[in-house]
Amino acid sequence: MDTLVAQLQRQFRDYTISLYHQGFLDDQFTELKKLQDECSPDFVAEVVSLFFEDCEKLIGNMARALDQTGNVDFSLVGSSVHQLKGSSSSVGAKRVKGLCVTFKECCDSQNFEGCVRCLQQVDIEYKSLKAKLQDLFNLEQQIVQAGGRIPQVDI
Amino acid sequence: MMEVCNCIEPQWPADELLMKYQYISDFFIAVAYFSIPLELIYFVKKSAVFPYRWVLVQFGAFIVLCGATHLINLWTFTTHSRTVALVMTTAKVLTAVVSCATALMLVHIIPDLLSVKTRELFLKNKAAELDREMGLIRTQEETGRHVRMLTHEIRSTLDRHTILKTTLVELGRTLALEECALWMPTRTGLELQLSYTLRQQHPVEYTVPIQLPVINQVFGTSRAVKISPNSPVARLRPVSGKYLLGEVVAVRVPLLHLSNFQINDWPELSTKRYALMVLMLPSDSARQWHVHELELVEVVADQVAVALSHAAILEESMRARDLLMEQNVALDIARREAETAIRARNDFLAVMNHEMRTPMHAIIALSSLLQETELTPEQRLMVETVLKSSSLLATLMNDVLDLSRLEDGSLQLELGTFNLHTLFREVLNLIKPIAVIKKLPITLNLAPDLPEFVVGDEKRLMQIILNIVGNAVKFSKQGSISVTALVTKSDNRAPPDFFVVPTGSHFYLRVKVKDLGAGINPQDIPKLFTKFAQTQSLATRSSGGSGLGLAISKRFVNLMEGNIWIESEGVGKGCTAIFDVKLGISNESKQSGIPKVPANPQHVNFAGLKVLVMDENGVSRMVTKGLLVHLGCEVTTVSSNEECLRVVSHEHRVVFMDVCTPGAENYQIALRIHEKFTKRHQMTLLAALTGNTDKPTKEKCMSFGLDGVLLKPVSLDNMRNVLSDLLEHRVLYEAM
Repeated sequence: MDTLVAQLQRQFRDYTISLYHQGFLDDQFTELKKLQDECSPDFVAEVVSLFFEDCEKLIGNMARALDQTGNVDFSLVGSSVHQLKGSSSSVGAKRVKGLCVTFKECCDSQNFEGCVRCLQQVDIEYKSLKAKLQDLFNLEQQIVQAGGRIPQVDI
Repeated sequence: MMEVCNCIEPQWPADELLMKYQYISDFFIAVAYFSIPLELIYFVKKSAVFPYRWVLVQFGAFIVLCGATHLINLWTFTTHSRTVALVMTTAKVLTAVVSCATALMLVHIIPDLLSVKTRELFLKNKAAELDREMGLIRTQEETGRHVRMLTHEIRSTLDRHTILKTTLVELGRTLALEECALWMPTRTGLELQLSYTLRQQHPVEYTVPIQLPVINQVFGTSRAVKISPNSPVARLRPVSGKYLLGEVVAVRVPLLHLSNFQINDWPELSTKRYALMVLMLPSDSARQWHVHELELVEVVADQVAVALSHAAILEESMRARDLLMEQNVALDIARREAETAIRARNDFLAVMNHEMRTPMHAIIALSSLLQETELTPEQRLMVETVLKSSSLLATLMNDVLDLSRLEDGSLQLELGTFNLHTLFREVLNLIKPIAVIKKLPITLNLAPDLPEFVVGDEKRLMQIILNIVGNAVKFSKQGSISVTALVTKSDNRAPPDFFVVPTGSHFYLRVKVKDLGAGINPQDIPKLFTKFAQTQSLATRSSGGSGLGLAISKRFVNLMEGNIWIESEGVGKGCTAIFDVKLGISNESKQSGIPKVPANPQHVNFAGLKVLVMDENGVSRMVTKGLLVHLGCEVTTVSSNEECLRVVSHEHRVVFMDVCTPGAENYQIALRIHEKFTKRHQMTLLAALTGNTDKPTKEKCMSFGLDGVLLKPVSLDNMRNVLSDLLEHRVLYEAM
């Protein structure tokens, strides 16, 4: 019997698994989920939104730095990338983290075109991750509203 | 009346002839007396200097009056009137007066005049002396000029040949010499060879023995010595009889070596070699050697010596420099060759590592499978041989690879917890079959205080023990083999440096393997641990093996901070192999690999534990805080080093610091925190969160006094384990 809750739960499970398989998320995200309990029920949401804010700010800094054509401060860009890498690895944003590694290399070798390309990719990536996680949270809310329990997904 | 004649009768009779002569003489006297003052006046007027003019006037007056007297006398020869007599008298009186005055005057004047004469003589002498001295000074100055010029010429070049040639040329020119020659000592030092001459273009190879008396005389003094033109050193040209040979002078020229320039005994030129310079004045010229010329020659000789020594030094240093450059080039080539060799070897290893192992494994695997099938006895024998050979080959490859990696330093131990007792038993089980065939009983003695569960590299330790025991079995024909394992205190054989902060949870395992077999010559013992060296004679070398076993074992033992050595009393008396290794004591009473899972996963020991988290990155800070809060800790977060120092207090049991951001200031914080809390009993524990946990990072953390290193991102289980380890053992260095 497929109640709404069960359907939603299945949808949730499949979506989550797909996110992992597509490489958007990794084990660290699972760890984050473990930390969510009665004391801090919105832990994951808070961390994730903080991460996206951070992304926006850092990407803005880097775009500004790279805009100074002819006088680009690669060390500034490099330190922003470092921060972004740290944040993304803490949150489990696997793709973003991977892009950051490439980005760091471009910074270290002062490759302007490479940096610009990487920046664009990071921008795209984090925005898509944000959209997907938004969908996931929406699903969670729907389940809760429908009276169900959010299922534990084991990858 | 009679005329009274006022005439005066002359006194003398009028003798005609005598009177005539008197008359003439008086006349001439008068003339002379009148002309003398005239002459005086004339000459004095001519001369510029005459101090006694008024004396002259006086004298003139005197003379004139005398003249007048004599003139008037002319009239008195005949009868003369009274007037004449009167005039005569007056004149005579005046003359008398003036003469007396003059006489008195002269008493004063004549000494003066005489002294003028003396002074004149004195001044003449002085002038002559000064002239002489002037002459001397001029000659000296000339000489000096010559010397300076000569020196300049000589010293303007650093080429030996030019120096000597220039010397001769300049000397010849300055002193207008006929011939100038330089005799240099030969290599043997027993003869002087004519090396350079001034006039002769191609000097003949002409030598004289060095022990001639004239030469000794010259060498014995630093002055220029006049020698006979007939001495061997001066006879440079064929003498053609009639010449009166010019004077010859010879002087020594010290040849200084580098070793003579010891600062302490500069004036003490002891073992000296001299060259001889011979200078000849032109023949038939009657010229003689003057003192200043000799001095010139001596000075020049000294200058030449100095110039030659400079040239020698220069030659020496040029030679040394050329040598160094050659060596540099050779070293460079050698280094490049070495690098090429290393690269080639690395490439070879890389190839060997993969390409060769794969087929090897295939062979071994398939041969073993083949063994399981139905085979005829011959086939079985063949398959067994194939299997044995390929196993041997695989072992050999592994050994070689291991050794290279060990030498590179790129091998790292894989630490884990394992059962030591079981390990020994396993080794024995592996060896027992061979030992039984060779009828060698093996006994195992484990000390009662030997820990059961230890931390170390199980695989490599087994390799070491297996190798040692295997050797014992291989090289014994009879007797028994005993394996003893015990705990030993670290004696002076163990290296003193520790990687982990010592906490007493380590011990040294000593394993002794004693056999009564072939034994080893004590002289061969050092060679045992060198690669590929075989000490057994061919007859006993039936076991095969590459000789690498002991070398590899030694390196593994060293990696485990231990020592390995072999004692033997001699050939045929058996030998004992002993090694110590450092192992950690594990307090796991269960089998290795299963982590602790506390009954209450959330609040084990951590309730209310005050923790400080320092991380510049907001997101990771939040995550770490979430982790710790989930485990029940009371977490304070800070985002900078300064804030951390401000906020940290003795209440915080643990401080987690992010050290990812480049820069060493992160580590400095650890030191500052230590400084802050040195007086506390319960030290705050410091752990670093970092992106990589390789050896240098760990060492750096340790050097700054951190108690542990964690790899970000930390999982919940990890954090739990870390916290409990830190609190219990006060140490944590994982190999994550």
